[in-house]
Formats: sequence, C-alpha cells, structure tokens
Amino acid sequence: MTLRRTEILLALLLAAALILAALSTPWLRFVLTIALAKGVAVLGILLLLRAGQVSFGHALYVALGAYAVAFLAPSMPEASLLLPAAAALAGAVGLLVGLFVSRYREIFFGMLNLALSMVFYSVLEKLYHITKGTDGIRVPAITVLGQPLEGATYGWAVFGIALALAFLFGLFVRAYLASPMGQALAAIKTRETRLDFMGVSPRQILLSAYVLSAVMAGCAGALIAMATRHVTPLLAYWTASGELVFIAVLGGAGGVLGPFLGAITFELVRVYAAATVADAWQMILGTVLLLVILFARGGIWGLVASWLGRRRAA
Amino acid sequence: MHESSPLTRRGMLAAGFGSVLLPGSLSAQAPAQKPSELKIGITTFLSGPASVFGVPGRNAAEMLAEEVNREGGIGGVPVRLFFVDEGPGIDHLVGEFRRLVQNERVDVMFASISSGSCLACTPLAEELRKVTVLWDCGSQRIFEENSYKYAFRSQANSTGEVMAALLYLLKHKPDFRSIAVVNQDYAWGRDSWEIWKTGMDVLKPGVRVAAELFPRFGATDFSAEVTRLLALRPDIILNTSWGGDLDTFIRQAAERRLFERSTFVMPLAESSLERVGRLLPPGHIVGSRGDHWHQHPRPANPQALQRFVENYRSRFNAYPIYPTYHMAQAFSALRAAYAKAIAGNGGNWPSDLQLAGAFPGLEFDSPTARLRIREDGQGMEPQLIGTTVQDDRFPFPVMDRMVIFPPEMVMPPVGQKSLAWIRTLNADVVSRVPDPVRPAG
Repeated sequence: MTLRRTEILLALLLAAALILAALSTPWLRFVLTIALAKGVAVLGILLLLRAGQVSFGHALYVALGAYAVAFLAPSMPEASLLLPAAAALAGAVGLLVGLFVSRYREIFFGMLNLALSMVFYSVLEKLYHITKGTDGIRVPAITVLGQPLEGATYGWAVFGIALALAFLFGLFVRAYLASPMGQALAAIKTRETRLDFMGVSPRQILLSAYVLSAVMAGCAGALIAMATRHVTPLLAYWTASGELVFIAVLGGAGGVLGPFLGAITFELVRVYAAATVADAWQMILGTVLLLVILFARGGIWGLVASWLGRRRAA
Repeated sequence: MHESSPLTRRGMLAAGFGSVLLPGSLSAQAPAQKPSELKIGITTFLSGPASVFGVPGRNAAEMLAEEVNREGGIGGVPVRLFFVDEGPGIDHLVGEFRRLVQNERVDVMFASISSGSCLACTPLAEELRKVTVLWDCGSQRIFEENSYKYAFRSQANSTGEVMAALLYLLKHKPDFRSIAVVNQDYAWGRDSWEIWKTGMDVLKPGVRVAAELFPRFGATDFSAEVTRLLALRPDIILNTSWGGDLDTFIRQAAERRLFERSTFVMPLAESSLERVGRLLPPGHIVGSRGDHWHQHPRPANPQALQRFVENYRSRFNAYPIYPTYHMAQAFSALRAAYAKAIAGNGGNWPSDLQLAGAFPGLEFDSPTARLRIREDGQGMEPQLIGTTVQDDRFPFPVMDRMVIFPPEMVMPPVGQKSLAWIRTLNADVVSRVPDPVRPAG
C-alpha cells in the first residue's frame, strides 16, 4: 500500500475515532467540532507553508467568516447559505489583501498579515455600536437545510458539517498539492527565479494559494461561529493566528492529515491540561510544542509517516 | 498478516480511545439523589491582565470552600471546586463550560468576570439546564434583553454601579460644569459612559463634555490623555477603569498633579487603593462595585466581615477586593438556595429544576448586608460610594463620607431597560440620596 492510499485509510479511521469519541462524551463533540474547524483553517496555512511562507494573520479570515455568520444569521439563519457566504467574503477579502501581500516574502509576508489582522481586530473592538465590542455578538439559532434543530441534534449537525468540510477540503488540497499549481508552491520555497524562467508567475501561484487559504479560514470561522454561537474580536487577535501556526507545526506540514492531527491534539491537550491545571495549561502546551520542535521536526504527521515507512520497509 | 494488522490495532486503539473518554456514570436523568460531593464549576480569569481580579476571586473561592467543608458542607454535602480560565477566549470557555457540565457533571456553575463571557455562558446554561450563578460580571444586558430560568446574578449590575457614583457626585459636588471621561476602550468602558451620560443629561442637563477619551484596554502610557486633561481643566474626570490600567493612570496623573485640578470619579477604584497607596490624594470619589469593603461603616454582621477580612489577609497577604466579596455572595446565595430547595422538597436533595426554582425571591446574607435575588434573576445589592481620605492606620487612602445607596434607587424595576428607565428619572432622586453613614468606631 502506498503512503497516499494509507493516508485515506487513516483519514477514515480518524473520522471513525472522532465520531466514536463524540458519541461517548457529549462535550467532546463540541471540542472536536472546533478542532476540525481549526484543522480546515490550518489546511490553508499548510498551502502557504509549502511555499515557505508563514502567515501570522490568518485569524483575520477566521474572524471574517465568524462575523459574517453573526451578522447574516438574523436575516438568513440557514447553514447552507451562511457557509458559502462566509467563504465568499473571506475569499474576496483574501484576494484584495493577497494582491498586496503576495509581493512580499518571509518575515515581511508574515508581519503584513499580522498587521492587517490586528487592524481588523481593532476595528471589531472600536466600532462598538456595530460589533458590540469585546462583548461580542450572540449568534441566533441556525437551521440546517431548513430544519430548525435544538441542543444535541444541532451539535451533531455542526459536527457533521465540519467533518464533511474537513474531508472535502482535505481531498481538494491533496489534489491541489499534486497539481502543477501545488508543485510550483514548493518551488517558491526553494528558488523562485526558476519559476520565472519556466514562464510561471510566482506571484500568481502564491496569490491563488493565499485566496484558497482565506476561503478555508473563512469556512473555519463560520463553523466556529455556528458551534460556539458567540463571536468576539478575540478570534482576530494575533494569538489566534499564532495558534493556527502552532497547530501547523505541531501536526506537521508533510500531509493533509497533519493539520487535523495537530488541531485534534492541540484541542485535546488544551482541554485536558486546562482540566488538570487550570492556571498553568499554557506551559503544558508550550512544552508539547518544544518537544515536537526538538524531537519530531515533521510534526505528528512526520512521526506517523516515518513509522509507516519503516513498517513497509520491514 | 502485515496487511490487516494496522487496521485491527487501530480499531482497537480507537475503541480504547472511546472507552477512556467514556465517563463512569451516564445516569443524570435519574431522580436527584444526595451526591457524595457538591461540584461547583467556577469560571474566572487565571491568565492575562484581568487575572488581577480573577486570582483573588479564586483565592476567595478556595478559602470559602474550606470553610464550608469545615462546617459540614452545603446540606451535609462537602463542596468541590473546578476552575476554568476565561483568559483564552470565548470558544475555549464555552468548551470548558460544556466539559464541566457534561463530563465532570458539576451541580452548579459560577460564571465569569467578563461580561462577554457571561453573555456567552448564560444561554449555554439555559441550553444545558444547569443552574448558573453570575458571580461577578456586570453587564445589565443579560437580564434586560432576555429571560432565563437557570441563570441568576448574586450581585448588582453596571447600571447600579454607575448611577450610584453619579448620584453621589450630584449630591456632594453639584456645582460642576464640565466633565471628561477616560475609560478603557471595551464594552464596560463604553457601556458605563453611556449610562453615566444618559443619567447626567437627565439629572443635570447642560454639563459640557470636555473630552471623551478611550485609551486602549491594557494601555501602559497615559501621558497624552493626562496632557489633554491638564489643558482642558474639566471640573470632573470620570474613570471607570480597573486593574493595571487604573493603577498606571493614577500614578501618571498623580505625577503631573492632575488630581489637584480636577475631581476624579472612579467607581471601581476600591480594588486599586492598596496598590496605589498614598499617591491617590484625598477628596476623590471612589466606589467598590457593591456594598462591601474591609472598612465598611455599617456591616450587617461585623464579626463575619472581620473574620472574612482577617482570614483573607492572613492567607493571601492583601486586603480582600471586590471580586472576593462577590465570590462570598455567590457562595452565600448557593447555600441559601440549597437550604430553601431542600426544605421545599421535603428534606430531600433537590433536582436542578428545583434548585433553580429556589433562586427567584431568594434572600441571603453577605458579611455586610442582606441581599435579594429578584424574579428576573437579577441580584439587588446596595452600592457603597465614598470620598478618599488619608488615615494614619493605613498606608493607603480609605473612604470617608460613605453613602450606601439602596438598590431600588439606582436600578430599574423588573422588565425595564436601564437607559429607558434612567430617562424617566427626575431631579428629586438626588434629594432622596441617603446621608453619609458615620462609621461606628
């Protein structure tokens, strides 16, 4: 079995494990929904990481998606309309911002993204009469395919949507990375001039990856808003962007399962750490990341892939 | 063998994963039985700048839980506390809230310092049908814009806290003509100014607003604001900040003698008095977000107050500040509610619904007063406001000319929204402001 095939099998197993965990413990369903949503956002980060670019500002698009849901839900409380709307908005803003930031690389790329997300954070906070400031906005009840759902059923519906989107985007990114567009991303990381010589525009390659990542982050934001039913400007804060990069490093950028493994580990470590030591959980998370950086540079996915490789070799 | 083994092993792992996470008991629907311990989930800030309030709140909770357990627990059941950090944001908090309710199976939740947290937690409490006591957050929007069956507040709200300070000013220093506001730029800073401005326009129209300054939440440099205020010379400066922001502002304003030019009104400054010490000069108006203070002039139960203050000081080496009293109020409300619900249930342990039913109309004691929870879930707590004065017994300013405002005077009746109610007030409310209380000692 090739690694690419095993990946799909692993994804199905992981999904089964998630459903089992969500079935057995109701509150985990919520935690895992958030983890899947963040995984989708990190999938976008992964595209950019392939090009060697780290965005410290993708929380901007997560927050855009979430606030789109919060603002549109009172007049259009339907998940199947809200999700595309959030994705479209995030994509449109991603295109505008991307036209500008795709001219920059490395630290400048990262910092510009960070700056823009913090501008959005301040706008959300300052326009108190529109956004209700740091109090945030409560998202009203949302119907799924016209069905008004309550309590656990609603939780399951959002979980299901998150899982479906995770698969959809996962398969898409897999195909994208294997396509010439995706292969060219790696070239941006190694030596960009080669692309120019081949007649390929690195800016367009990076821009399309950037817009895709914005769309995914927007979907993630919409999912988070539908799951928590309350959005605050904190979603756009730089620590939220840092969290996405953290998850990308933790999960590993080698394969599309990485972001999901990272996000699930991140959320589970966080809730269990917070449950055992409520005031020092950040330290536990930090230690986990340090261990990953020191001993598993490919992240969790790197560990899994090398283990599978060894088994095949044996 | 090689082909199939990863599958089965993974399957087993997945099953193991599931069973590890499966809680021991899933029988919450059974009729309420007296539990072996009463679990209380408490959300508070344990990290970030707001932890200057959150950590004293947790300290107080731990101290009170020990006291309750020494006295045999609540209804004979010892209490056990679970803390959740509000610092990481709403999505973390609502996840943790669910975990405590659905997995740890807590009996009661005490929710939140931040208004944002409370606005997110209260609908969740309702959805999970779990009794939730809002122990510290102030937003008046919670019970004015919605009604809840499972959520209650064991203290006052923003409206009372701001209106009391305004009435105090109108009574004791009525001849001001201009005002400037320096509030933190977030919900509470904005809301409190809106309440104040609405009240001021009704009760004393024509006051000139010299400046509306909203420095960033968590700002460390107020030199621009101080310069502007020195130039504008407003008669009154309102500042509803708290924590590190307020400490820094007081220090920087004191260095440049702003306190000599304008009278400050700082409704939350009780929590900063000990930290800023003598830098804060006499003659400025200070509040404590409710009817509690370690030098309360007329405590309902002087021994209880003294015991609370001394225990807290000996354990944590600081005077208790308002979040600690709010925590004490939440504990007291919970004890009273259980006593009432147990009595109402023929001596048997109450269900969640029966416990929730005990809160409306509930009366309970704080060390300083007897408080009541209204039918809409809002707590009715008097407000203590005073003027700073130096006292040789303390290395920091204390309050003098303290007025205790009855809650009905500063809060709208059930079913009315704060701003609409404030617009119906007229100047005679100022003449009904009680006289300052003379300290007993």
